[in-house]
Amino acid sequence: MERELAIRLRGVVKRYGEITAVDGLDLDVPAGTCVGLLGPNGAGKSTTMRMLTAQSIADEGELQLLGYTLPDESKQARTELGVAPQLDNLDTTLTVEQNLLVFAHLYRIGRSERRDAIERAIAMAKLDDRRDTRVDKLSGGMRRRLLIARALVHRPRLVLLDEPTVGLDPQVRQELWALIDALRSEGTTILMSTHYIEEAERLCDTVLIMSHGTAVAAGPPAQLVREHAGAEALEVYGPPARLAEVEAEAQAAGLRTRRTGTSVSVLAVDGNGFHLDGERRPANLEDVFVLLTGEEIG
Amino acid sequence: MAVVERRPTPRLGRLERPALTGVLVREIVNYSSYWKSSTFSSTVEPTIYLLAFGFGFGSIVSTIGGYDYVEFVGTGTVATAVLFSSAFPAMFGTFVKYQFQRTYDAILAAPVDTEELVTAEALWMATRAGVYGCVPMLVAIVFGLDPSWGMLTVPLIAWIAGFGWACFGIAVAGYSKSFENFNYVVSAVLTPLFLLAGSFFPLDNFPEWAQVLANVNPLHHCVELVRHAVFGFEGWEDLARVGAIAVFGLVLWRIAIRGMTQKLID
Repeated sequence: MERELAIRLRGVVKRYGEITAVDGLDLDVPAGTCVGLLGPNGAGKSTTMRMLTAQSIADEGELQLLGYTLPDESKQARTELGVAPQLDNLDTTLTVEQNLLVFAHLYRIGRSERRDAIERAIAMAKLDDRRDTRVDKLSGGMRRRLLIARALVHRPRLVLLDEPTVGLDPQVRQELWALIDALRSEGTTILMSTHYIEEAERLCDTVLIMSHGTAVAAGPPAQLVREHAGAEALEVYGPPARLAEVEAEAQAAGLRTRRTGTSVSVLAVDGNGFHLDGERRPANLEDVFVLLTGEEIG
Repeated sequence: MAVVERRPTPRLGRLERPALTGVLVREIVNYSSYWKSSTFSSTVEPTIYLLAFGFGFGSIVSTIGGYDYVEFVGTGTVATAVLFSSAFPAMFGTFVKYQFQRTYDAILAAPVDTEELVTAEALWMATRAGVYGCVPMLVAIVFGLDPSWGMLTVPLIAWIAGFGWACFGIAVAGYSKSFENFNYVVSAVLTPLFLLAGSFFPLDNFPEWAQVLANVNPLHHCVELVRHAVFGFEGWEDLARVGAIAVFGLVLWRIAIRGMTQKLID
């Protein structure tokens, strides 16, 4: 059965003076799936997120969220929407429990259900033993878990996660992935923005690659890789002079390359007879991104 | 693909009670973490004013306009306390919550509109002003001001004035590009209004233009209303003053909403 769309954007444009932050964006988020907006800083991901909560008003285009038309019916839409912003905006002088209590009220949870909702969120954030701790005494990972749990306190049908793991160390990031994955398996629709390739590959059913305010490709991660980057890339290591040679040779053979620190990746090398000493590795989303946009994502 | 069907919920209106309650709950819960310091400063400050002006001027002038100096200042500084517990926290608090804590981003992602956010914040500060505004009067009672029934209306007067000044502060924060701009407002607007209110000295000896100007100073009306509440109302004149501070509040309320909307929604 075809899934219905929880979010549908068509031709959305948002300008700030001379700058066009979002430039004719189409976006479909089918209900019950996790969709990732992938792109470098400045690609328009955060502006898109802000338009979905009507904190930015689009200059052009159609925006529908859970069947409501934005921005006119945004307030209704927001009763069923949870948002975890990129920048932590918890009340730092309040405890974990107090933060959740405030949002239980802001999200209009009735008195009889409030206690349960708060307990559920505390359990989800795994902060049971920290419920009375002030937020400014929590670690970065705990704060981020609370930020996400706060967005879920009213059991929203749709959740927006803006760069949910940015600035966290790898182990904490994995904890958060587990949290997001659990949410997804419960059937909650998720739209997340990220510039971590691995995050998008692991969590997202569909990825939308954004560059300069528009979608350059969309599809399941594996399919995007297959379509745009082939099966393999060739990773050549060496001193800078050698890397420059490799780039020249690859370009002469009509292949795209990208620098990854100490190596050069020659992209989409399968089946065209190009050969150099190096390691063949499976193509990934980052390769797709570079091929499609000519930009590095990191 | 079809779009998810919207829930058959009634359309949400403006200024809804659940939204206002949500914002107020946030303020009340926050207040529980800083009420001590805030109560301390709003009690100690007027006490110091009363002591300093009372002993300082009180030794030179024993009565002003028929009042003991302590009575004059004790009632006059109610308006000062209202100003300090509404306009200043509104300016600085709003800016901090917007710029540094990004609290308003979090609130506006919930089903709360800017209009509701601003209104609830102003209601909260008005209530604080209504309570803290009475403190100088209570302190003055300790120093010899006679209690009267009219004093029971002072919290309400302080509340109405506090709502206006809170909205004034929010509007300033909304239209200011940076923190530094507050200096202009404090020096060029609040200080003159504060001195031209009649809190510490009567305005009778001011040039006529200044006395005319005082009539557009909401703080002056607040000062006069509080004195009349304590020592005896003057009928229509006081009703007109209530009207003046109410209109001040309503106008600034709309300006504050407009200022914050252009700040928070782009």
